[in-house]
Amino acid sequence: MTLTADDVNKIAHLARLGIDKEDVDSYAKDLSGMLELMTQMGELDATGVEPMAHPLDQVQRLRPDVVTEADQRGHFQAIAPQVEDSLYLVPKVIE
Amino acid sequence: MHKKTINQLAQGLRSGDFTSVELTQHFLQRIRQYPELNAYITITEDSALQAAGAADQRLATGDTGLLTGIPIAHKDIFCTLGVKTSCGSKILDNFIAPYNATVVEKFKLAGAVTLGKVNMDEFAMGSSNETSFYGPVRNPWDTQTVPGGSSGGSAAAVAAGLAVAATGTDTGGSIRQPAAFCGITGLKPTYGRVSRYGMIAYASSLDQGGPMTRSAEDAAILLQTMAGFDPKDSTSADVAVPDYLASLDQPLAGLKIGLPKEFFAEGLDNGIASVLQTALAEYQKLGAELVDISMPNLNVAIPTYYVIACAESSANLSRYDGVRFGHRCENPADLTDLYTRSRGEGFGKEVKRRILMGTYALSAGYYDAYYLKAQKVRRLISDDFQKALAQVDVIMSPVAPTTAFGIGAKMDDPIAMYLADIYTIAINLAGLPAMSIPAGFSGGMPVGLQLIGKHFAEDRLLNIAHQYQQVTDWHQQTPKL
Repeated sequence: MTLTADDVNKIAHLARLGIDKEDVDSYAKDLSGMLELMTQMGELDATGVEPMAHPLDQVQRLRPDVVTEADQRGHFQAIAPQVEDSLYLVPKVIE
Repeated sequence: MHKKTINQLAQGLRSGDFTSVELTQHFLQRIRQYPELNAYITITEDSALQAAGAADQRLATGDTGLLTGIPIAHKDIFCTLGVKTSCGSKILDNFIAPYNATVVEKFKLAGAVTLGKVNMDEFAMGSSNETSFYGPVRNPWDTQTVPGGSSGGSAAAVAAGLAVAATGTDTGGSIRQPAAFCGITGLKPTYGRVSRYGMIAYASSLDQGGPMTRSAEDAAILLQTMAGFDPKDSTSADVAVPDYLASLDQPLAGLKIGLPKEFFAEGLDNGIASVLQTALAEYQKLGAELVDISMPNLNVAIPTYYVIACAESSANLSRYDGVRFGHRCENPADLTDLYTRSRGEGFGKEVKRRILMGTYALSAGYYDAYYLKAQKVRRLISDDFQKALAQVDVIMSPVAPTTAFGIGAKMDDPIAMYLADIYTIAINLAGLPAMSIPAGFSGGMPVGLQLIGKHFAEDRLLNIAHQYQQVTDWHQQTPKL
């Protein structure tokens, strides 16, 4: 399986990840190398094997649906790039 | 003072040989003396001296534990209230953590002194500490070589005596491999043993924090403080924590050591193989029996790991979007531009490579072939270990196929770097506890021996490591700086 520069640009867009134009070919080469490595895994027969999502096969623990945290909005927003009236600011989405 | 064990330092503090402030000043002076190692990203001198002063007061009143007044360092992946927590990345270069990780909080409550935050591969993605935004860490045994990664700053700091001990994290070998490269003791606990709350996530089903120290006894002391159930971490294990110091002295007569033939096959450096033979002979003298075992699926551990780790990291790292914290690009044209450029400017090349790989593996049409298949193979690999550990008490193996390599030697070939993780990666897939302990030298560089145990058998691993350290002095060797 070989990835092209076009594939890399498409994946980068899916991840909203800016990559330098001059690096696209090297990413294509590295990712193709990784996919090559992964064919070994693909060839192994794992029919009927239950997928392992957690190394101890534990299920997600649930907690009672009650408030446990105090409001610390000001504290957390102190490190935000841009806030106004307790809201995070981003460029206008709807004109 | 920087060569003493935690027990010796704790005694010195109590008998009045030195104060915690003096001890802390000694380490701060050493950190300043060796800037070329680049082990620290942030030195928290003021708060360290303050904590040391408070520890001295506690010592005077007797309300103390073994770690009271002991200066340690935290990997810069653990959120530390009011302190920059960068995770080795430009995207978090301006991130002042608004809360403490559970691990940081526990050491604080124990009265330990935090000297600062140590360097690491960016987002713990790397095996050489060369992907850090803050530059490579140098191995104190030979400054032209890497300290290993991703907890390279932790390993270099402990080996060079720039901290008594340090915290690290291990997703595919990131505690054990740098511990081996720098000649120290490193323990990756069972998945879920140590809280991940406030530990910046890389691959959530694999990440685990643990101690990096100069001896198994010190590791036992640190783990005692780090381990335990945490309601703030939804994958934290609700399993009782034993007294890790109590079992250290248990004799090893009758211990069954499993040696997987796949771990000693081609690709292993001859010098390392011979060091390990000597170490295993030492264990035989202690009464252990060597048993040949097999791990038939080991050869697919690397691709399986890189599918799972990349997929999970691409999801975890989607939170860095330039909106609520971290780096934001200048003058974004629109929201997509804000996301794309903030992330593009903030992440380094290895992190981007893994985000791309993970995004591809999770994208429509590929999920079954990659992530789902990897989860199935993960079970086969885990089953191999379970079968083996039903026959033996512990598995022993190399940690890495070579000793520390030269800075820059593998940076152009990421696949070669990944392949060198062969002996450590499978353990994370199975969620098992494992250690690296110093076992000798090859070509003047430290060699580690890996011990792999049953789930939650950290006490047994520490015992097996400690008994070896009672009859050898490899762990007491220190680099000439």
